[in-house]
Amino acid sequence: MYKILEKQVLSDVIKLMVIEAPHIAQRAKAGQFTIVRIDEQAERIPLTIADYDSKAGTITIIFQEVGQSTMHLGTLNVGDSIASFAGPLGHPTEIENYGTVICMGGGVGIAPIYPITRALKQAGNKVISIIAARSKDLLFWEDKMRAVSDEIHVCTDDGSHGRKGLVTDPLKEILEAKKENIAKVWAIGPAIMMKFVSLTTKPFNVPTIVSLNTIMIDGTGMCGGCRVLLDEGAKFVCVDGPEFDGHKVDWNSLMSRLSYYREEEKMAVEHWKEHKCKLDKEIAAGGK
Amino acid sequence: MAKLEPKERMKIPRQPMPEQDPKIRNANFEEVALGYDEATARKEAERCLQCKKPGCTVGCPVGVRIPEFILAVREGNLPKAVEEMKVKNNLPAICGRVCPQEVQCEGKCILTKKGKSVAIGRLERFVGDYELAHRTCPLTAAPATGKKIAVVGTGPAGLTCAVDLAREGHKVTMFESLHGPGGVLVYGIPEFRLPKKVVFGEIDYAVECLGIQVRNDHVIGRTISLNELLEQYDAVFLGTGAGLPSFMRIPGINLNGVMSANEFLTRVNLMKGYLFPNYSTPVKLGKKVAVVGGGNVAMDSARCSKRMQAVQAKQTGTEPGEVHIIYRRSKEEVPARAEEFHHAIEEGIICDLLTNPVEIIGDETGKVSKIRCIRMELGEPDASGRRKPVPIPGSELEMEMDTVIMALGTSPNPIVFVDADGLERTKHGTAVADVETGRTKKQRVWAGGDVVTGAATVISAMGAGKRAAADMHKFLKGEAPW
Repeated sequence: MYKILEKQVLSDVIKLMVIEAPHIAQRAKAGQFTIVRIDEQAERIPLTIADYDSKAGTITIIFQEVGQSTMHLGTLNVGDSIASFAGPLGHPTEIENYGTVICMGGGVGIAPIYPITRALKQAGNKVISIIAARSKDLLFWEDKMRAVSDEIHVCTDDGSHGRKGLVTDPLKEILEAKKENIAKVWAIGPAIMMKFVSLTTKPFNVPTIVSLNTIMIDGTGMCGGCRVLLDEGAKFVCVDGPEFDGHKVDWNSLMSRLSYYREEEKMAVEHWKEHKCKLDKEIAAGGK
Repeated sequence: MAKLEPKERMKIPRQPMPEQDPKIRNANFEEVALGYDEATARKEAERCLQCKKPGCTVGCPVGVRIPEFILAVREGNLPKAVEEMKVKNNLPAICGRVCPQEVQCEGKCILTKKGKSVAIGRLERFVGDYELAHRTCPLTAAPATGKKIAVVGTGPAGLTCAVDLAREGHKVTMFESLHGPGGVLVYGIPEFRLPKKVVFGEIDYAVECLGIQVRNDHVIGRTISLNELLEQYDAVFLGTGAGLPSFMRIPGINLNGVMSANEFLTRVNLMKGYLFPNYSTPVKLGKKVAVVGGGNVAMDSARCSKRMQAVQAKQTGTEPGEVHIIYRRSKEEVPARAEEFHHAIEEGIICDLLTNPVEIIGDETGKVSKIRCIRMELGEPDASGRRKPVPIPGSELEMEMDTVIMALGTSPNPIVFVDADGLERTKHGTAVADVETGRTKKQRVWAGGDVVTGAATVISAMGAGKRAAADMHKFLKGEAPW
């Protein structure tokens, strides 16, 4: 069992948790992920590492409540534990001094882009960050990102904070301005965002790394459920990734695979809410 | 029963295994074979001729004292039967269920030539189940040696190795990448063939008796590497299995609805997907399922599919649908155990033999709709000694399918080899290790089971774990330097 040491509510649907996991923390590096299983009945879900502290033996995760598992996880509090926590999985980001780089985080993708941005900055890169969310209340860690960036652009879809628009808007302007050579771009966020970032950088020939978050069961190379089509054939996100060359990813296939279990996800959420509702009532009745 | 003459013993018919009716069992996940009761077991034990030179023991990869334990069953002394069993086999309830006895102990039984062999596997299971229920023969450990051993992987090879070494007094820690021990016994072999409570019963019993530590959620090569383990332990055994699934290199392999047998079986078995939504992992299966392959994993996948279809039909009030096995050779070459193939057919699975997929075709949403195959005929024998299947030109056909499960074999996970310099690999990705001792090319590292042989059987992995444990013990005592 792995204890939750800290919980922050970053927005209605985005939560941060610091979890006691010395076995993961001692080796964790930017770009890697974990597999979380809340309890006996739960599924195994991949969550990227938002931060790590090898001395304290802790891992920080940030998640958006989009399905049954993340909703359930969101109801846990400091002092509660999760049943399984495996990692660090996948290859770490290749950190070196490339020159000027752009780090982009969309929505909950800001969490995994943060340790990568920090590591790139520490390695001596000039870092331009672009972060975005649908609206102001879904945006987090602007201050932390600002602290590890030389330049930062903030956008929201609805204009409630920063610039109104998509991440690709400032990206395109920077690339078109050609003020300096952009050595590499990292983009983490919803598949649709990473697809359009890759399409934007392609004509400029700027290498673009994306971090894929596909459906996984074991996360260790055993099931192949996470496979993604690249130019050179199918790869496993869990052992070959999670980072890939965004210009080589077959985005339509990826997005189609991501949506394959939508009906079941809906069923699971309904079932869980019903169950939780019943439990809450029982607890309330017991309290009286 | 009075003492019988061999002729009389040979007249006793082989006692059938009570089984769930095929039409009922193909709609539930409960165990197919129900097990002998004591009277049946004793009657079956009467058939054993107690050969002076027993072939059965030679045929067993771990050398179980078969005539001895059968004699004890015959005499009704079940604690004694357990004791005889546990001299060589610490996990009898598992082996009795999943060993291919027909090619091992039972294949070497003298009665095989004269009719039907003694049902050794069924008797072994009877004894194993008796011990799980009564615990008459707890495993004991020799005085502590002070040596520390890491066993990586908690499947059949690792478990056997860990138990044998712990019995010698070494301090054993097991590392498991998933959330609980058992390896393929839990994620691969279905509940209806090997109930999880049997697996956990055997593991918990051994772990409790011997004080073995189990660390779940540790992925070797990621959480901790082999080189790091060697800094903390006197010796390391790798029993990490062959977990990486193979896919055919044909168009359409990434369509929705195509999955590896590993994915399907893991969803169903390890994650208990058949209990969705009470358990959160869904299993998405259509009404027309194709399982590609002819091994035991293919049979397990097909039989699980049949059951999942029944569960889902009940939930939705629809008809269950059909399951096909598509295999490129003929019935004679099917690598699965005869019993598994027979069970699959009994349960209503359709076999498309001498048929090979060439393309999976999707609909406009990216989901499987058809599988295109070509008929095969058998040509000259190939390197494996089996006749090579050759496509028949112009024989292509399309079958409507909505799910395709690839059961084409597996290879070792390459991340085991991260930060493990000196651990040699073959071109198939398996670890190079000595057959007799399990020694790899890296000092203080032994390996056994599927990580060395590629996908094989539970008992051969147990045998390898056992041989390695014996050599590791000698090494640790200083009797067999590296």
